[in-house]
Amino acid sequence: MSDSLQLDRRTVLGLLAGGVAMTAAVPGPARAQQVPTSARIVILGAGAAGAALANRLDERLDGARITLIDGRPEHWYQPGFTLIAAGLKPASYSVSATTEWLPRNAELIAEYAAEIDPEAKRVTTAGGTGVDYDYLVVATGLMLDWDAIEGFSLDLVGRDGIGAVYAGPDYAAKTWAEMDRFTDAGGQAVFQRPATEMKCAGAPLKYTFLTDDYARRKGTRGNVEITYAAHSKSLFGVPIVNEKVRMLFEDRGFDVVHDHVLRAIDPGRKTLTFTTPDGETELPYDFTNVIPPMRAPDVVRNSPLPWADKWTDQGWVEVDPYTLRHIRYPDVFAVGDVAGVPKGKTAASVKWQVPVVEDHMVADIAGTVGTEEYGGYTSCPLITRVGRAMLIEFDYKNNLVPSFPGVIAPLEELWISWLMKEVALKPTYNAMLRGKA
Amino acid sequence: MKDLTPETMIAVFEEIFGAWLFWSLVAAAVVITLLYLYVLIRDRHVGWRKFLIAQIFMPVGAVLAVVFVMAVTDSGLRDIGGPIDVIIFLGVAAVGAMGLAILVYTVESLLFRRRME
Repeated sequence: MSDSLQLDRRTVLGLLAGGVAMTAAVPGPARAQQVPTSARIVILGAGAAGAALANRLDERLDGARITLIDGRPEHWYQPGFTLIAAGLKPASYSVSATTEWLPRNAELIAEYAAEIDPEAKRVTTAGGTGVDYDYLVVATGLMLDWDAIEGFSLDLVGRDGIGAVYAGPDYAAKTWAEMDRFTDAGGQAVFQRPATEMKCAGAPLKYTFLTDDYARRKGTRGNVEITYAAHSKSLFGVPIVNEKVRMLFEDRGFDVVHDHVLRAIDPGRKTLTFTTPDGETELPYDFTNVIPPMRAPDVVRNSPLPWADKWTDQGWVEVDPYTLRHIRYPDVFAVGDVAGVPKGKTAASVKWQVPVVEDHMVADIAGTVGTEEYGGYTSCPLITRVGRAMLIEFDYKNNLVPSFPGVIAPLEELWISWLMKEVALKPTYNAMLRGKA
Repeated sequence: MKDLTPETMIAVFEEIFGAWLFWSLVAAAVVITLLYLYVLIRDRHVGWRKFLIAQIFMPVGAVLAVVFVMAVTDSGLRDIGGPIDVIIFLGVAAVGAMGLAILVYTVESLLFRRRME
């Protein structure tokens, strides 16, 4: 008896040890052979694209000097802003330190870049330091042009029905306070989006859906009018998605007006002024989420890097849409929001763009030819209420490219898509920042 | 989602529950499973009476698991929207049912060995 008990104890301990060993042996991604180099790589911007690329290049290259230039100490998990503005997460949910995500071997110059000279291959920082490069990656992100909305300033956010989810985690939290108050009191909500290219074109729609959802949950939907002012003739750039959103908007009872571009806000009179093909028109509001035009940062717009014949008021970098390599300066790449490509201003796009730039740059350094291509992949978990979303993924051709075909239907409002947005996205994003996904 | 590695899945679960709670749950699951195997090996047979009582607890485990998952994800039963949602829902319930049944069986075997046989 005592023998068999001892044996059992040993078996149990053995099983335990085996379990621990199995956990430790979870295989990571296979490591490619490092390429030796002394190349100087400068990455402008240490956000999602900059950090992810720095980590991947650090893995692939041996001896490269990687310098990131970014003046912002905080890293913002921007896909979290909608959840903050829906009262589901605190502002701190989206905030971490920039330095937390960078590889040990990389140098961070904590200043903004002031000048890019692609002829001399040199970047000058705001403090006047000149940094020479062999390869330059422009990953600055984009600039929210608040000044373009007459009468608006960020200190209005969080008062008198004015919200601005895009402005940052704290402003998203202030927007939630106003949305919460508005859905108690009732009145007229007006939502809009800019006519420029924008990051996450689904976000203005999500916030419209969420406001509707809260009003319904509180039983105040009868006192709430919701108007969506679309900048063009459609609600979403991908036709098949546009059609679905049109149906959902109808189902939820939203009023839609087309060809309305926000020009001004009058907080005193509580009106929004829109430019339309028939001249200017005013809409009254009790609650709104202001989203301004989006452009490349001045340092990029004032450089020779932007397209000369496209997006001239926005200044996105002139890159090949498939390789993200600059068309006139082959040692320059652009990743993330600032890249002058027709789609792809989301973190999900960054995840697919970064390995492409990595491949082409490492191939250049190794003396071979890069083969990876970016097909325009963009993903948008389009929240349609708290608890449900549509996992929409598409490419340059406006094709739907579902990650889980036949399992997760892209145009259906599903609980699993909500679960992905709410709990799976941030860890996936964090893994991407570390260069692991 | 570009790729779903075990590493990513672990990170996902750490995010859902918080790292501390997640690894505590994993540890609890491992310990209970090992104790369950231990009592099976020790007794060298399944006690059908104990098994029956454990089965009675299965619906309780199913409900608890569903309530727990919905609470940590700010969602509810009304959000079940398509076949895959039903599958996930049933999966969560099944895991909860089996988990609690194993726990109850193990506790019975450890605490009430003589009285129940």
